Amino acid sequence: MSTQFSFHGGVHPPENKHRSTGLAIQTAPIPEQLVVPLSQHIGAPSEVVVSVGDYVLKGQVIAEAAGRISVNVHAPSSGQIVAIEKHEVPHISGMQAPCIIIKTDGKDEWIEHAGLDDYKAIPKQELIDFIRHHGISGMGGAGFPTDVKLHLGDDHIVNTLVLNAMECEPYITADDMLLREHSENVIKGIEVIAHLLQPSHVMIGIEDNKPQAIRALELAAKATNLNLDIVVVPTVYPSGGEKQLIKLLTGVEVPSGRIPADVGIVCQNVGTAAAIYDAVFDGVPLISRIVTLTGEALARPHNMRALIGTPLETLLNTAGVNQSILYRLVVGGPMMGFTVDSQAIPMIKTTNCVIAATYNEMPPAPPANPCIRCGMCEQVCPAELLPQQLHWFAKGKEFEKAKHHNLFDCIECGACSYVCPSNIPLVQYYRFAKAEIRAEEAEQRKSDHARIRFEARQARLEQEKADKEARRKQRAADAAKAQAVKKDKDEAKAAVSASTSAEPDLKALKTAAAVARTKLKKAQKALQNAEEKGLDGQEKLRVTVTELEAKAQAAQEAFDQPQTNKTDTPSLDIKQLKTNAAVARTKLKQAEKALAKAEESGEGDLIELRSKLDAQKVKTEAAQAAFDQAESGGEISDAIPQAKLDEMKADAESAFAKVEKARSALEAVIESGSPAAEKMKAGVEKLQAKYSALKAEYEKALAGNSAAESKSSLSPAEIDALKQDVEALKAKVDKAQAALEAAIASDSPAVEKMKAGVEKLKSKYQAAKSEYDSAVPVPVPVPVPVPVPVPVGVSHHGVDLDDLKSDMDAMLTKVSKAKRALATAEASQSPAVEKMKAGVDKLQSKYDDLKSEYLNAGGKVAEPEVVDPKALKQDVSIMRTKLKKAQTLLDTAESDASLPENELDVLKTEVERLTQLHHEAKEKLDAHDKVLIDKAAAEGIDLKKLKIDAAMARAAVTKAERAATKAREAQTEDLSDIEQELVIAQQKAEKINQTLSRFSD
Amino acid sequence: MEFVLIAILALLGLALVFGLLLGFASVRFRVEGNPLVDQIDGMLPQTQCGQCGYPGCRPYAEAISEGDAINKCPPGGQSTVEALADLLDVDVLPLEGGAEEEPVKTVAYIREDECIGCTKCIQACPVDAILGAAKQMHTVIESECTGCDLCVEPCPVDCIDMLPIETTLNTWKWDMPKPGVQLIVTDRRGELVEGEVAQ
Repeated sequence: MSTQFSFHGGVHPPENKHRSTGLAIQTAPIPEQLVVPLSQHIGAPSEVVVSVGDYVLKGQVIAEAAGRISVNVHAPSSGQIVAIEKHEVPHISGMQAPCIIIKTDGKDEWIEHAGLDDYKAIPKQELIDFIRHHGISGMGGAGFPTDVKLHLGDDHIVNTLVLNAMECEPYITADDMLLREHSENVIKGIEVIAHLLQPSHVMIGIEDNKPQAIRALELAAKATNLNLDIVVVPTVYPSGGEKQLIKLLTGVEVPSGRIPADVGIVCQNVGTAAAIYDAVFDGVPLISRIVTLTGEALARPHNMRALIGTPLETLLNTAGVNQSILYRLVVGGPMMGFTVDSQAIPMIKTTNCVIAATYNEMPPAPPANPCIRCGMCEQVCPAELLPQQLHWFAKGKEFEKAKHHNLFDCIECGACSYVCPSNIPLVQYYRFAKAEIRAEEAEQRKSDHARIRFEARQARLEQEKADKEARRKQRAADAAKAQAVKKDKDEAKAAVSASTSAEPDLKALKTAAAVARTKLKKAQKALQNAEEKGLDGQEKLRVTVTELEAKAQAAQEAFDQPQTNKTDTPSLDIKQLKTNAAVARTKLKQAEKALAKAEESGEGDLIELRSKLDAQKVKTEAAQAAFDQAESGGEISDAIPQAKLDEMKADAESAFAKVEKARSALEAVIESGSPAAEKMKAGVEKLQAKYSALKAEYEKALAGNSAAESKSSLSPAEIDALKQDVEALKAKVDKAQAALEAAIASDSPAVEKMKAGVEKLKSKYQAAKSEYDSAVPVPVPVPVPVPVPVPVGVSHHGVDLDDLKSDMDAMLTKVSKAKRALATAEASQSPAVEKMKAGVDKLQSKYDDLKSEYLNAGGKVAEPEVVDPKALKQDVSIMRTKLKKAQTLLDTAESDASLPENELDVLKTEVERLTQLHHEAKEKLDAHDKVLIDKAAAEGIDLKKLKIDAAMARAAVTKAERAATKAREAQTEDLSDIEQELVIAQQKAEKINQTLSRFSD
Repeated sequence: MEFVLIAILALLGLALVFGLLLGFASVRFRVEGNPLVDQIDGMLPQTQCGQCGYPGCRPYAEAISEGDAINKCPPGGQSTVEALADLLDVDVLPLEGGAEEEPVKTVAYIREDECIGCTKCIQACPVDAILGAAKQMHTVIESECTGCDLCVEPCPVDCIDMLPIETTLNTWKWDMPKPGVQLIVTDRRGELVEGEVAQ
């Protein structure tokens, strides 16, 4: 016997144990139906491994452990599973829980089972698993899975193994009877536990109210080698509480919130030890247990070994229950057990006692009175708590404070309630408070969990949003890039097609013009007819004709206007054509250069460049051909009918459309990298060539026509009118140009529009001029110009003279133009050079004729000069300025890549035009100067030299003047000499100036 | 004069020392964020239901810390209001809108054969407790559901029910014991009940 300790408090309720110890342990009958709950232990419910309808043998696993803290559930007897459903279970709440319901067949047929031959021979882990698989959980009341406790040796130093045989609660005698009858099994079970935990000391605590059990134990203990002490302690409730027992046996207090293993002690129930023995030595899983049936309502209260899942009714009937006096059915002891309402409730692994109490035995709890603060509860509390305080806190729902008063150390033994004079259900308050706190904690855990999930979701959404934004930006950037690339391509395309694009409504306009013409002709015919026959309504007809004329003219104008706007329209004058040719040549050269560069560097799309170059070549040739045709157009005298012209034009247009189509197809093919690109290119070139040939033909025809027309149909008066028109137009153009300049200078937004307007005016002017030019002295075939019929040397002034002069000027311009054209032709080794030369010679001779005629008619050439040299000079300088401006504009435009190509072209042509104008103006000035020089030369005076002499004379005069002033100031003697010199110099200068003034104005 | 100077210098020195000390402490022991918001947030039920008018519990916690009313959380019930009142040392207010004191905890349940798989409830769920894909049946992960009701509204076929959480053996709670009989008549509130006296 070891030293005795004691714990605080405790009560001595009437034991009533003797009632159920009169009989030996009986075996309960096998009920018809076994209800096996899945959760008979603390921890996770087991998982069903059978299904309804299955036949199970006794000891067969029907539900497996799920999770760490869980055990297997076995079929207590053989039979068929009839249901797996919710059924009432022994629980304070009286609620239902999932159960496996087995309809027994009465055979009680065992599944094959065997114990371990030598449990010490196998690894401990295997032994523990064996115990776990045999469904063993604590038999004392809580039902904690035993295998978990057997693992405590792994991470704790277990000094003492305590076996709980106290059975302190009144009425219960299950352990007592077990020890009386099966002490050897218990001891052997203890040996298994000791083998696993290896404690230095084993203690069996037992109350002194079980002398027979103590004796049996002592007897059995002799057979073991364990360091085993059987400690008999005085009976006091609740000495069977784990912590109280440990305190009693070892004097060690398990700290609040810790487990006994933390102080090196492991506690097991003797019933558990017996179950371990059954499992390890016989292979019998935990399918039955000893349960005490007692209470005044039973005729034969006794202990019986009953199968788990046996309904209480069966047990009660076995014990001879008198249902009429049964007032209350309690599962567990009277202190800690709970009342159940149904007798269908099965017994489970933790059911150690069933009390069938009468009314007198267990009357209803008297109504609770207010706490009188007597303090008795505090005196009996085995956990040394302050039950009264806890009661107040629980009642006031001050759970936090209750927690601070160690509510969770309460073992709910009920001692405080037992002694309470006010009959306050104290334990229920504590249970309520504990449940509330637990629920709150669970809620808190759940809300924390929800918060984490919420925050994770928010973060995820944020991330998704950010990703989306990033992707969107990326896409936008990509799209912008693609757009830029596409734009570049489009621009290139537009540049390619711009030069050849046709006006869509040109045809319609043309048709309108033709219709108007036809109508006019009809009306004219009708008028003629009427006039001839002297019919009535002539006036009306005349009006109609006039109207129609106006209409026809309008239609023609409408048709002409877009035509002249077109860069390659045939009605453009030679100059324009020439410009085109020059531009085309330049472009061709550029393209060639680009190609060469690309070939050198091996970069870029060679094929595309080449095709561009080819297209450019064709274009250049076409432009040159058009120009040549136009230049030599004067020689073609026969007019081609308008209808044919139209046909030709339509042909050309359709060919052009074809070319365009083919080209776009080719581009698409090139882009897609098809191997057919080369073939297609050849096709396109062919088409292009065809088109240019057609166009050239058409242009030729048109040029010839216009020439013929102008030849045949224009009278001098009309020519005059034309001239006036041209002049008026020119004035307009100049005005518009000035306005445009001003607009450009002021950065007006209307510049573009104005430019277009100016351009239009210019083209009109050009058209008029060309018309006029072609109408006036047609170069070769016309023998003598029309407006030269004035008799030689008759008049010194007047219209004729002026006319002559302007004719002469025009001729001069023509000559110079022709010369230039000749030069270009020579440079380009055109085959038309010979012809052109002849033309130029002719023109020159004609000009000479005109000049002599004019001289004859008007005497001096210089005198009637309309344009004074100053104005000419001014013109030249203005032109120069304009040219410079345009060039700088062009330069900036070229460096600014954002400008579309066609605008650049417009600028280029503008610069070209200005260059030409400047050139012309300069030429005029030069011509004027030349006339003067020629005149001077005719008198044997070198004008240039004269000018220099004049300057020298002026300088000499200045010098002399200065010397004279100086002499006057110094009053020197040779003042008179100096003055004389000055006078001489002055005279000389005067003379030279006089001569000079003769040749200038 | 000299004493006065010494006193002033001494006080200045002390002020300097303590100022430095405080400055150092304010840098060294700086607390990130508002700890009060965290505390309030910890008391809120985290259903993220938005019934308070804020997009989630934390925004409401922030609003409370800036002086908003503490009684806007129906899922939290009166107990939350009391806890908040205790924490912030303000008066306990009855729940806004006269909501029941202790709300019944619910979870969403999707009648799965009626679900058309529109994913709208998935997008609405603040805690990702609904599982499913487009054109596939959805289901609620019960253990993750906070019972916020937010998924009910967007469901186009009204196949979501908010069911009260079933009490199991694990979630069963002891009730508060019935209050005992008062000893003297004047202790009674309200009317005297004969039956109680007899008992």
